[in-house]
Amino acid sequence: MATQTQVQFTQSLKKYYSIYAGGFIAFVIVLAIAEQMGLRPRYIGYAFLAATIGLYALIGIISRTADVAEYYVAGRRVPAFFNGMATGADWMSAASFIGMAGGLYIQGYDGLAFIMGWTGGYVLVALFLAPYLRKFGQFTIPDFLGERYGGHLARSIGVFAAVLCSFTYVVAQIYGVGIITSRFTGLEFGIGVFVGLGGILVCSFLGGMRAVTWTQVAQYIILIIAYLLPVVWLSVQITHFPVPQLSYGYALEKVTEREKAIKDDPKEIEVRNILKTKATDAEAKLKDPAAAYAADKAAAEKKLADLKGANAAPDQVAAAEKALVAFPKDVDAAKAQWTKEKGLAARAAPPRPHAEAFVGKDDAARNTARLNFLALVFCLMVGTAALPHILMRYYTTPSVREARNSVGWSLFFIFLLYFTAPALAVLVKFDVYTHLVGLNFADLPKWVASWAAVDPALVSVKDLNGDGIVQLAEIVLGQDIIVLATPEIAGLPYVVSGLVAAGGLAAALSTADGLLLTIANALSHDVYYKMIDPHASTKRRLTIAKMLLLVVAAIAATVASQKPADILFLVSAAFSFAAAAFFPALVLGIFWKRASSWGAVLGMASGLGITFYYMATTQPWLRGLFGVTSPVADHMWFGINPISAGIFGVPLGFAVIIIVSLLTPAPDQKTQELIEHVRYPQLRGDIDTRAA
Amino acid sequence: MQLTDRHKEYWRKNIRLTAVLLAIWFVVTYVVGFYAREINEIVVFGFPLGFYMGAQGALVIYVVMIFYYAIRMNKLDKEYDVAEGDR
Repeated sequence: MATQTQVQFTQSLKKYYSIYAGGFIAFVIVLAIAEQMGLRPRYIGYAFLAATIGLYALIGIISRTADVAEYYVAGRRVPAFFNGMATGADWMSAASFIGMAGGLYIQGYDGLAFIMGWTGGYVLVALFLAPYLRKFGQFTIPDFLGERYGGHLARSIGVFAAVLCSFTYVVAQIYGVGIITSRFTGLEFGIGVFVGLGGILVCSFLGGMRAVTWTQVAQYIILIIAYLLPVVWLSVQITHFPVPQLSYGYALEKVTEREKAIKDDPKEIEVRNILKTKATDAEAKLKDPAAAYAADKAAAEKKLADLKGANAAPDQVAAAEKALVAFPKDVDAAKAQWTKEKGLAARAAPPRPHAEAFVGKDDAARNTARLNFLALVFCLMVGTAALPHILMRYYTTPSVREARNSVGWSLFFIFLLYFTAPALAVLVKFDVYTHLVGLNFADLPKWVASWAAVDPALVSVKDLNGDGIVQLAEIVLGQDIIVLATPEIAGLPYVVSGLVAAGGLAAALSTADGLLLTIANALSHDVYYKMIDPHASTKRRLTIAKMLLLVVAAIAATVASQKPADILFLVSAAFSFAAAAFFPALVLGIFWKRASSWGAVLGMASGLGITFYYMATTQPWLRGLFGVTSPVADHMWFGINPISAGIFGVPLGFAVIIIVSLLTPAPDQKTQELIEHVRYPQLRGDIDTRAA
Repeated sequence: MQLTDRHKEYWRKNIRLTAVLLAIWFVVTYVVGFYAREINEIVVFGFPLGFYMGAQGALVIYVVMIFYYAIRMNKLDKEYDVAEGDR
């Protein structure tokens, strides 16, 4: 290997991964044939789980290393194209793969904030960070802060923010792994979590960044095949054209027509009124639960007695008895049920026009919706350009030139999935609005029943007005079902569903790998090596790094197996935190020579601080945690949702860095030289910052 | 070390290119986003344009912009003699 040139290395990579992709497709075809010959779905699930995790383990073992540069930055010889694929897998999480299209299905235009935010951020990475960080060429993001701003303070805040963002994120990934594994194999959720953990550790433990990189490339190939195949198939069926991103306009027009028809359909209105009545009844009962409970129970008992007394038909009596048995055991149980019924109000509204931007009842509501949309896009973009596990990937390319190209490839590979998701959402909506709505309950397609059996939160269809026909208001679809059920809606065999699960698993595992490595490296490299023991031997550094990896993984899996509430909020919050903590300090550190150490430290702290303060006073779960009782409205600024708190943190971070820097002395000569060094790919007589 | 005028010119050109691309990024994302309701009135091949820009159009522009930046800067490195040698 050592004598290989970069060109030869790239050539052999292309060869290996072509063989690999071909082999994987052959594996899927073999399973498809086996399915036709009678292989049971459950075993297809096992086959995918075992084959893919086994493969990742194999790559992990082949890539094991005892070299520090290999362990932390994959030896800095990952070609731009492959680093792009690895970044794609690193970036796209379980939420992108499984949840994104569903979010677009439910939210329509407003869901596009995630599509734009999670791609447009790469423009900032390309213009402001990747080439300069590559030239700097050390191991972690706190490394840059430590070197540029001197002292341990800036580095420490960097470590704290990196761990904070990455940890909440990794818990969500491990949680996702547990869900996918248990859905497709029938294993218990807790076991699924630890199977997934094994899959994560086999890659990162032996080979660090090197193993993670080559596994992520393999995972990207699986996840993109798994995502695109069913959508293209569905597109051919609906639009007769295999490029859904261009052709779903036809489906969108039909969906818009159907939305109008459904809005005024008398049967739909009837169902919506039933839901509304239930919701308002429940709300009234919740005002005095004890009295309502007693009254309801008495009414149910009286009904049964009356029926019996009047010698009613046996089936009527049986129904009344059943209702009494099913009656909530106590007031608390009844309260829970009513709270749930109160939530039905959300379903009592007519369908939201899919392509309409910023839906609201009046201009003020629409303006707030628009402001929140743009604020969320901003936080997601800047957060993308500040998440350490992504920025770290640009340390692994062989040169600044390759780093620049690599950002292009990264976004290209991410874009393949993200610009497909909006098309998928519309195609599925088309199928639901034109085929499912109006069907007889006797003719429901098979996927409805089979997914409802796996988890009723994914699909449920109930005949509320008793007319035997499906109305849109009677259908409940969970966010994840859109991607999960696409193969079946498109009429593809079960093996494709297994493929989709393998894709979701690849997405979750690859992201978890990158995040775990980020956390463990921040602790082992920045805290242990740079701050505690700078004379540690290579062997000792790697041992510490691997030990920390195991500890962090075990803690994350334990937290994930508790199924923490509000995990989705925490993940989105990670973007606001990363944006506020890192972006101003990193960008000004490169583009403004005057930015001083105190400026950066106070800027990062105040950016993080205000972001946290805003969330703690406006987000329900955090309010509970910190005992904030004053009305939310008192704390809201411009009606911005807590998820976008970074919109305040980022500008404040910039302002504080600039003001404090101007009040404190300019950085010394050495720092000035460092800045010049990162700005030019090569300077004669230049200093060398590459880490050994 | 002392930077030459050529070096300073290279950096100025980089800043200018960065600023232009950032302006395009801003317009595509925030200006188009701000007027999405109005732009939605224009319908092309069944797509309300504001929706299509958010779902596909902006993304295509982002990808093209990043590759353009990479190509331009890699060329600029050579022109100003700050390109990396093959190491």
